Amino acid sequence: MRVAAPTLVALSVALAFGVVLLILAGAPPFEALWLLVLGSFGSASKMAATLLAWSPLLLASAGLVITFSAGLWNIGVEGQIVVGAIVATWVARSLPGPVWVILPATIIAGAIGGLIWALLAGVLKTYGGVHEIFGGLGLDFVAAGLVVYLVLGPWQRTGQASTSGTNIFREEAWMPEFETFGTAWPVIPVALGLVSVFAVWLLLRGTRFGLRLKAVGRNPQSSFLLGIPTNRYMLGAFAIGGALAGIAGTVQVTAFHHKLVPAISGGYGFLGILVVLLAGFSAVWIAPIALFFVAISVGSTQLDLRLGLDSAFGGVFQGIIVLFVMIGGAWSASRGSFSQAVREEP
Amino acid sequence: MEATLNSIIAAAAPLVIATMGETITEKSGVVNLSLEGSLRLSAMTGFVVAFWVGHALVGFGAAAIVGAAIAAIIASTSIRLKLNQIAVGFVLTLLAADLASFLGDSFVGERGPRVPALPIPILSDIPFVGKVFFDHDLVVYGSFLAIGVTWFVFYRTRAGLNLQGVGERPEGAFARGVKVNTLRFWYTVLGGAMVGIAGAAYSLDVKLGWRETLTLNLGWIALAIVIFGGWHPLRVAFGAYLFGALQVLAFQLQDVFPGLAQVLPIAPFPLMIIALVFVYSSGFRRIGDHFPRLRNLLGSEAPAAMGTVFERE
Repeated sequence: MRVAAPTLVALSVALAFGVVLLILAGAPPFEALWLLVLGSFGSASKMAATLLAWSPLLLASAGLVITFSAGLWNIGVEGQIVVGAIVATWVARSLPGPVWVILPATIIAGAIGGLIWALLAGVLKTYGGVHEIFGGLGLDFVAAGLVVYLVLGPWQRTGQASTSGTNIFREEAWMPEFETFGTAWPVIPVALGLVSVFAVWLLLRGTRFGLRLKAVGRNPQSSFLLGIPTNRYMLGAFAIGGALAGIAGTVQVTAFHHKLVPAISGGYGFLGILVVLLAGFSAVWIAPIALFFVAISVGSTQLDLRLGLDSAFGGVFQGIIVLFVMIGGAWSASRGSFSQAVREEP
Repeated sequence: MEATLNSIIAAAAPLVIATMGETITEKSGVVNLSLEGSLRLSAMTGFVVAFWVGHALVGFGAAAIVGAAIAAIIASTSIRLKLNQIAVGFVLTLLAADLASFLGDSFVGERGPRVPALPIPILSDIPFVGKVFFDHDLVVYGSFLAIGVTWFVFYRTRAGLNLQGVGERPEGAFARGVKVNTLRFWYTVLGGAMVGIAGAAYSLDVKLGWRETLTLNLGWIALAIVIFGGWHPLRVAFGAYLFGALQVLAFQLQDVFPGLAQVLPIAPFPLMIIALVFVYSSGFRRIGDHFPRLRNLLGSEAPAAMGTVFERE
C-alpha cells in the first residue's frame, strides 16, 4: 500500500498531463485515449498485433534486468537487437530445410549476434575504460549503419535496392503462427518472451550467480575485494542481456517483418529501458508494464490514422508515466526517510 | 580554404555552445544526459516561437528556457529526491524528443526568421583571419565567447575554483563554506540554457526551419565530445571543431564519393570509441607526465564526484 499509493497518484497525474497535451494539440482527449485502447485491443487481429509487439519488448526488458542488476547501463541494447536481427536474417536467407530446422537456428543465430555485440561493449568497458553508455551508443550507431548497408548493398531487394527492406524470406523461415478466432496468434514469440522473463526472475532470485551479480552491481569494489571476479560477472551480464536482445531481433525479422528493414529494432531496446526503470529494476512487474507500454505504442498509430495526430504521442505518454512514477516514488521515500530521521533524533 | 574554414567554424558553433554548457554542468558534478532530447525540443520551440513572433532572438530566449527547464528537472530530482541522474536524463531524452515530434508536427516545412549576418567592421577586412573568424553572425561570436568565458572562469577565477571543488570534492568545498547543491543546481540550469540556445541555433541559423531529424544524434555526439575533451574547455572545443570539419568535408566530398553520405552519420561513433580507448590508454597518460604544463589539457579523469549526490546540507 505504501508503494502503491504514490504510484497511483503519479499515474493519475501522468494521465492528466496527457489529456492537457491532447487538448493543446486540438484533439478530443477522451476520444483519443479510447482510440488508444481500441487500436491495441479492439479486435482479435489488433490483439494479436499487440502481443507480437509485446514479445521483443519482453525479451529486451528481461535482458536489461540482468545488466541493470550488474549495475550496467546497457544503452547498447538497440544495437544488440539489430545485430541479432542481422545474424538471424543471414541464417534465414542461407539455411535450407524445413521450419523445425530453421526456427531454432534463427533463434540461436539471433542470440549469438546480440551476445557478440554486447560483449564488445563489455570488453570496451572492462578492458578499454570506455563507459558502457558511450561504448554501447557507439555500437548502436555502427549496427544501424551496418543494417542500412546490408539492405541497400549485398542483401538488396531483387530488382532495385530500397530502404523498404530485403526480399521477403521464404515461408519456412517465418516463425509459425497459430490460427484461431479468425486471426494468427504469435504463440512462439510470446512464449519466448514470457519464458525469458521467468528465467531471469529465477536466475536473480534463486542462484548463486544471480546473488553475486547483484553484489557486483551494488558495490563492485567490495565484491572484488571479497573475491568475486567482477569483470567476468559484468561480461556475463552483458552476454545474457545481449543474447536476449538478439532473440528479440530474431522475432522482429522472422515473426513481424519477415524481412530485414533498416529500422528493425522498432525502438524496443530503449522502450525496454523505460519498462525496467518503471518496474524498479525487478523482473516481477516486467510483463504487465511491457504489455501496457506496447498497447500505448500500437494504439497510438490509430491517433495518426483517425485524428491526424503525430504518433509520437505514445512515446510522450510513456515518458511522462515513467518520469512521474520515478519522482512520485522518490518523493514519498524521501518524506519517509525524513520523518524517520526526525524521529531518530535524540 | 578560407571559405572551408569559415564554414567549419559556422557549422560547429551550435555544438561548441552545447558542449561548453555540458562541460560546465559536468564540472559541477551533475550529468545532464538528456542532450539528444533537449536539443531537439529546444530547436523545435525556438523555431516555433520565432516563427510566431517574427524575431529570431525571442526564439533563442524560449529555447534557452526549455533547455534550462529540462536541466532543472534533472538537478532538482537529483539533489532533492536523490534520483539517479542518468535514469532521469535518459527518460527526459526520449520524452523531450517525442514531445518535439508531437508538438512540432504541423510546423515542418515552414520557414522562419533567420539570424542576420554580422561581419565585424574592421576585423573582417583582415586578410584570411578576417574571413575565417570575423565574417559570421551572433551565434558564431557567441560560440567564441562561450569558449573564452568558460576557460577563463574555470582556471582564472575564484568562482571557477569553487565550481571545480563542488565537482571534485564536494565535502571539501562544503567545509570551506561553499553551498554545494545550490551551485550545482544553477550551473546545471546554466548548462541546460546553453544547450537550449544551441538547439535554437540549429533551427534558426544552421538550417532555417524545423524537422524531426534536424538535430539527429547531435546530442549524443555532444556528450561524447565532452568526454573526448577531458572536461577541458579548449580540448572540448577542439573536439567540436573536429566534428564540424568532418561534417563540412563530407558535405563537400559527397559528389565525389556518393557513398559518403550514408557513412557520415555513423562515422563519428566508431571514431569516438577509438579516440576514447586511445585517450584512456597508458601511453596518452604518460604524455601528461612528460609535459606537466599540459597535464590539465591532456587529463581524462572525469570530475571525481560527477553523478553522485551530495548529502550534507
